[in-house]
Amino acid sequence: MDDGRYYIYGVNGPVITVRGGRALPMMSLVYVGDEKIPGEVVSAGGDTTTVQVYEGSEGLGRGGPVFPTGKPMSILLGPGMLSNIYDGIARPLGTVADLAGDFISKGITLPALDLEKLWDVKLAVSEGQEAAGGMIFAATRESDAVEHRSLVPPGLSGKFTQVVSDGLYKVTDTLACVVDGRGRSTPISLAQEWPIRKARPIARRLPITRPLVTGQRVIDTLFPVGKGGCAAIPGPFGAGKTMVQHQLAKWSDADIIVYLGCGERGNEMTQVLGEFSELKDPKTGRPLMGRTILIANTSNMPVAAREASIYTGMTIAEYYRDMGYHVALMADSTSRWAEALREISGRLEEMPAEESFPAYLPSRLAGFYERAGYMETLAGREGSVTVIGAVSPQGGDFSEPVTQNTKRFIRTFWALDRALAYARHFPAIDWTSSYSEYFEDIKAWYEANFGQGFTELRQRILDILNSESALMEIVKLIGSDVLPDDQKLIIETAKLIRQGYLQQNAFHKADTYMPPEKQMAMLEAILYLCDEAKKLTAKSIPLNQLAATGIFSAMYKMKFGLGEGQPKAYFIKLIDDAISQVLAKNA
Amino acid sequence: MRIEYTGLSEMQGSLVVLEGVSGVTYDELAEITLGSGERRCGRVIKIDGGRVVLQVFEGTAGIDMEHVNTHFTGRPVTLPLSKEILGRIFDGAGKPLDGLREVFPDERRDINGAAINPVRRKYPRSCILTGVSSIDAVSALIRGQKLPIFSGAGMSHNALAAQIVRQARTMDGEEQFAVVFCAMGVKNDTAEFFKKDFQDSGALGRVVMYLNMASDPIIERILAPRCALTAAEYLAFRHGYHVLVILTDMSSYCEALREFSSSKGEIPSRKGFPSYMYSDLASIYERAGMINGRAGSVTQVPILTMPNDDISHPIPDLTGYITEGQIVLSRELEQKGVYPPVSILPSLSRLMKDGTGEGYTREDHADLSNQLFASYSAVADARSLASVIGEDEISETDRLYVEFGKRFETEFVAQSGSENRGLDQTLDLGWELLSMLPRSELSRVGDKLLDKYYKGAKRQ
Repeated sequence: MDDGRYYIYGVNGPVITVRGGRALPMMSLVYVGDEKIPGEVVSAGGDTTTVQVYEGSEGLGRGGPVFPTGKPMSILLGPGMLSNIYDGIARPLGTVADLAGDFISKGITLPALDLEKLWDVKLAVSEGQEAAGGMIFAATRESDAVEHRSLVPPGLSGKFTQVVSDGLYKVTDTLACVVDGRGRSTPISLAQEWPIRKARPIARRLPITRPLVTGQRVIDTLFPVGKGGCAAIPGPFGAGKTMVQHQLAKWSDADIIVYLGCGERGNEMTQVLGEFSELKDPKTGRPLMGRTILIANTSNMPVAAREASIYTGMTIAEYYRDMGYHVALMADSTSRWAEALREISGRLEEMPAEESFPAYLPSRLAGFYERAGYMETLAGREGSVTVIGAVSPQGGDFSEPVTQNTKRFIRTFWALDRALAYARHFPAIDWTSSYSEYFEDIKAWYEANFGQGFTELRQRILDILNSESALMEIVKLIGSDVLPDDQKLIIETAKLIRQGYLQQNAFHKADTYMPPEKQMAMLEAILYLCDEAKKLTAKSIPLNQLAATGIFSAMYKMKFGLGEGQPKAYFIKLIDDAISQVLAKNA
Repeated sequence: MRIEYTGLSEMQGSLVVLEGVSGVTYDELAEITLGSGERRCGRVIKIDGGRVVLQVFEGTAGIDMEHVNTHFTGRPVTLPLSKEILGRIFDGAGKPLDGLREVFPDERRDINGAAINPVRRKYPRSCILTGVSSIDAVSALIRGQKLPIFSGAGMSHNALAAQIVRQARTMDGEEQFAVVFCAMGVKNDTAEFFKKDFQDSGALGRVVMYLNMASDPIIERILAPRCALTAAEYLAFRHGYHVLVILTDMSSYCEALREFSSSKGEIPSRKGFPSYMYSDLASIYERAGMINGRAGSVTQVPILTMPNDDISHPIPDLTGYITEGQIVLSRELEQKGVYPPVSILPSLSRLMKDGTGEGYTREDHADLSNQLFASYSAVADARSLASVIGEDEISETDRLYVEFGKRFETEFVAQSGSENRGLDQTLDLGWELLSMLPRSELSRVGDKLLDKYYKGAKRQ
């Protein structure tokens, strides 16, 4: 065994020790065993290299063959990724099923792209034109909704030669060559490889100036996330993290959605796959799947691939960003990724830090979230990657390391609350502990798009909710009957805001998505009712007279009414009628 | 040629170490023959050069380091399967306990199973009616789901599980139905209780039992659910059975996992449980489901006893993150004499929304369920207010809520262990109770359904 060939020396779960020639390069891809299971080098020292494998290690034994590639773990990027579902290391699961059947088996090596499919390509460059990395040189229609813009691989520059004419090509066909200053010619095609752990280069970062519009009232109105920003959704199980992620994936105004099911339930991925193929994008009217890429590492799929999956997702997101698209990456859940990190770290016998997570957890988290941003691409276009990471804190306790460290690298925090979920208040985003640091940055956009005075309305809503929290402390002790009318009004209005506005029914056709102008209309109507009622109480007319008209109950249904096409004026008239009814009685 | 290694170099807990071994693969099955001629089985859990660590299923008690021979079989741990397993009783490692002969295999399967490819999964939509109102109305069980019962020591989870097994049926009537029962670290009484219940209801012929008692070796406890699920998958996906798997008690399983982990010298995580417990539990729970183009299904109802009734303890916590909801039992209701003591608010069935309502069960099912939750959650506030300022002082609406809460617990949640309530009966009862409240309080239901089902006094 000393002929310089690498062989397996030890096996401990997904961690394999390799001996043979000199140590292999860090983070390089190796294939292990006769089945050629892919793995990555995670540490090296002396004559021993340690590899984590992306599939089960059952059946591997001492002396088994090891095939180093010398290359880092990479994926093949190109047209055909949209509408597709991949595992954690970018193998298309549909093709895996065709080859292996209903259950996932080991040792299948597959490129992310269909190498045989022909694409109708239009070339955007001509012979002799200057070429630069990141430049768009060809385009093809990848789905009904999305044009795939092929980019010159970053780092390449020179002049285009041997440019082919428009026509049908496979992803690996050479479409042109780039000849650099020293006369070296590099062929380029629709497909390019990129190492998943390396951020794709950009021209520069741009400030965040607009929100990711989600159609979810509590998010858009109170706690928005900027395009190119990062948000975290922590919550105990059953609080609705996955539902929020699904709603955002369905309705947010991103061009491309990368949905990453990281260590979660198999049925959930099946559900996304089925539902997204049927649902239509509100913007384009085309099936949502046409703008979506799914990555599935369900909780019973190999744990090492879970660690890699978020980088796979991020690399795909960056690739579409570089074409000039706004991409939203939903990672559900980052805690499972952190636990995968912990599991591998334990097997490597590294020194554990807090809760036995490795000490490098914060720097890995930072490295992931910092790949988000609003960028000017190498081609001079604007594109963004927005990251929305679910966090599953142990026991719903937000003081655990993953939540706490994540909080340092995100600026929007949607805290899901168990009590709200128990009362079936969805989305269960708790308005007292959630926050968004982006609002100040994107205020101008709101004033221009939601409507003049939005900032003030939002502040009033927050104030009413906060006053209610304080008042509820008293109500719990003495009941609400004894409160003065102006305080009762705060409680009534807050209840209306909570149940009539913040609560949103994801399964109700008319309520699942609400565009900005309707959100604004609702806010105005609710606060109009509050103002008019205040005028009544100022005249010492008891609030319960107004409540007896049923106007508050009617306003609870406003969200459905607006969704079904009733105008705001209808509700304003209801309010006016109720007020004049009360006034007439007291005249 | 049969190679046997004589002697061991180390023993600890249920682990033994051999040196100078070659040609062995990870997760391979080994046969260990003691000096007395007794045979035990083990599994390779670590290879480090010529040093091989084995996990001995039956434990190491009585092994003499020098007088022992080990033979590696070259294959993983497999379970012999055939349709004959129906009606049989096995131990945690799949060996017969009922005095009958070994199963003559029609197939051998690796007990670790393989992950179902998400693109081939069939999304579960067919509702299983259990005849228990608190489950059917608000946390409905769906075929292919994994829905655990979170209980505590001394509560009536076993009676509830047995009732579910007796009464479970689907909307569209009877099909091939089987039960796989897996006991992990339970007392003999518990196993007897289930055996007797299956016998009395005439179900025994459709039941396969894997029993690992509290005094049996912990390694077999770790194998037991894997054997049970392998049998379930075989019956479901090979023979088209709809299999209901009862796993009890998952807390004992997790404790066995912890014991085993610490004997390997692994770095412990929360409360001493191994850091891979999430992945390990997922490798059990995720084996529920349905597959496109195959007739059968695997539905899991794992039972776990929450240590100190604490739902944030790692065992219920990690379980809740993997399973598709949970049915939580409440000690308070149990003490009030309510059976089944299902605590409505923390209970949840994630798949219910897609398997109930028009076209699946009844048009008002989903809205009614939502409204019952919302109204019952208001009961707690009204009660705590009443306890502070007195029941006479609270408002009329709060008084109605307190009244509603009382009737909801005693008439809706409570039912006898032999009462099989039909879906219509359950839903109508729900409406009857909601009709105690003013119509304006029912904001979760549309006017159309209220007009049809609400029977209370019309205010306004």
